[in-house]
Amino acid sequence: MTRTPLRPLARILAARAKGENPDVIEKENLRQRHAEIQGQSRQRSEGRLLVLGVFFVCAYALIGTRMGMMATTDPTEPVASASGSAIAAQRADIVDREGRILATNFETHSLYAHPQQLIDAVASATALVKIFPDLDHERLLLDFTGKRKFVWIKKKISPEQKQAVHDIGDPGLLFGPREMRLYPNGSLAAHVLGGASFGKEDVDAAEVIGVAGVERQFDSYLRDPANGADPLQLSLDLTIQAAAERVLYGGMRLMNAKGATSILMDVHTGEVISVVSLPDFDPNERPRPPVSGDASDSPLFNRAVQGVYELGSTFKIFAAAQAIDLGLVNPDTMVDIRGPLRWGRFSIRDFHNYGNSLSVERIIVKSSNIGTARLAQQIGAERQRDFLSRLGMLEPTPFEISEAAGGRPLLPPNWSELSAMTISYGHGLSASPMHLAAGYATIANGGNYISPTILRQNGPQLGPRVMSAEAAAAAREMLRLVVTEGTASFGEVPGYQVGGKTGTADKPKPSGGYYDNKVIATFASMFPAHDPKYVLVVTLDEPSIIAYGEERRTAGWTAVPVAAEMIGRIAPLLGLRPQVEPVPLTGITLTSN
Amino acid sequence: MKTLAYVLSALAVFGLAFWAYRENYTTQQVLKETRSLQRQIGSAQVRLGVLRAEWAYLNRPDRLRELAELNFDSLGLLPLRPNQFGRVDEVAYPQVPLLPITNGVDVSTMAAVEGLNQ
Repeated sequence: MTRTPLRPLARILAARAKGENPDVIEKENLRQRHAEIQGQSRQRSEGRLLVLGVFFVCAYALIGTRMGMMATTDPTEPVASASGSAIAAQRADIVDREGRILATNFETHSLYAHPQQLIDAVASATALVKIFPDLDHERLLLDFTGKRKFVWIKKKISPEQKQAVHDIGDPGLLFGPREMRLYPNGSLAAHVLGGASFGKEDVDAAEVIGVAGVERQFDSYLRDPANGADPLQLSLDLTIQAAAERVLYGGMRLMNAKGATSILMDVHTGEVISVVSLPDFDPNERPRPPVSGDASDSPLFNRAVQGVYELGSTFKIFAAAQAIDLGLVNPDTMVDIRGPLRWGRFSIRDFHNYGNSLSVERIIVKSSNIGTARLAQQIGAERQRDFLSRLGMLEPTPFEISEAAGGRPLLPPNWSELSAMTISYGHGLSASPMHLAAGYATIANGGNYISPTILRQNGPQLGPRVMSAEAAAAAREMLRLVVTEGTASFGEVPGYQVGGKTGTADKPKPSGGYYDNKVIATFASMFPAHDPKYVLVVTLDEPSIIAYGEERRTAGWTAVPVAAEMIGRIAPLLGLRPQVEPVPLTGITLTSN
Repeated sequence: MKTLAYVLSALAVFGLAFWAYRENYTTQQVLKETRSLQRQIGSAQVRLGVLRAEWAYLNRPDRLRELAELNFDSLGLLPLRPNQFGRVDEVAYPQVPLLPITNGVDVSTMAAVEGLNQ
């Protein structure tokens, strides 16, 4: 590029000769040069913009074309790379702790009709009613001969029924594939499993959704296609669950109870090995929820987690354990139990008169309401509330089935000193048997809170400490004495050293007040008492038997024998050998650590 | 020289075209086989699922209990109870048979014993 000089000599000289200012020429030339440079850079940047613009147009065109292609073509699976078995597009199975199937899927067919394609609508309808007696002939005929273009006949049919329909030979009767949920064990663990039903339905497929229990709680996990080959493993044991259901059913019938529940829980892992609620149902044909009457009369009602009742004297051990933990008393401290204990216009009485004073240990063994209320007075309402809250008694249990969130304990609106006294013997605070099992597991494992779980665990849980190990040990000794000397004498199972506490609470009337002749009998136990491994809670709803010429409803006569029979049946299945109870060493006392 | 290069490159093009043609068809064949295998795997999985469900159904505790009760005469099965636990030293093992005497030795009192027996 030739560079034009800013001050060309010829023009400068000419200008000087004319007497003009030569700087004007320089300025003029400078202006021209700047204009030239500006033009060049403008051209260059316009070029860049053009290139960039073309690039973006091409890129968008490419993406747009690809999107259009993807939208218009039929989807195909990548044949060469798909591993096939990794993705099983069905709901995951549910298995027990040993891997035995509790819920699985089954391929069946649905039956529908295109009435316009039916050759002989009347004959088809008659033949269908012969195969499915529950169909309404009139209704079917009306659907087949009317204006409808599509009629669902059956959602699920068996292979035999499919063949029979096939044999009718009418082209208007069509089958669609259906995946159904199958519970091969029938009503076993029905309340835990819940049940499943169809969500969105189509001719080619239907969505299976969980409606209750773990099916609902873990619905998103079970539906995730990536988990198709990865079953959900529960902590339940099929064999033990079956034995527990059988024993509890027998016990419920013998004790003339209208309902019953039992919970067996591992005290170290929090795993619930068996949870039974009777009456139960078949999850393959889950009944409809009742629209009228008391919800607790329906077989769908899960007494173990939804049945929120005052659990009676079983709560006394918590007051005793807390008083020992706080150092207010020791098991031998004498407590004044002269009654009735008056508090305002309320008076607390004992079932029998146990004299003027009893040691803390005897209060639990004899189940004295007045003695426990005295302990609660010493503890105070604030500390009691805090203790029960750490035991998980004030919130729904974290048990992983969808109904558990509904089992919210009923608390007194104002936790006064009187409330503290009544709660100490199990009145005024309503909780579910699952709450009680978690509380007893805390005593059994040495004072750490355990949250009950339905999922298989790999190791022990170590929850926050609720009470000292010494207080828990003292409470366990008292519970053992209740069985050997106290109200639960029928609970002795040779070889398994059962320790536990009975509780009999009057049922509240819906209109207020309590029934005289309807009780909830509970036995909360742990075994073997010197080194507890399992907690068993058995609750009977409205039991009543005639024994020794008297009508008896208390837990010691009803729930305890059932629990003892259950321990005798399931402890061997748990692999526990019967043991001789270790005797405490004489003459050696632990005074300090 | 130039002609040779032309001929060689033309041959190379033919060869590569033939190779590509064959590869294309082998790929399609393999894809077809894969599809059929995956269909087989799928149906086998469905069958397996049905068999597992049937196994679980036949082994359900209710049915086993009924079978044990029906066949009590021949099987004598009862629920497991605590008193059925035993110790190893309570097990009666069969006696080990004594070795046969193959080379007996005469002893001095033998004649006397035989004499007494007669």
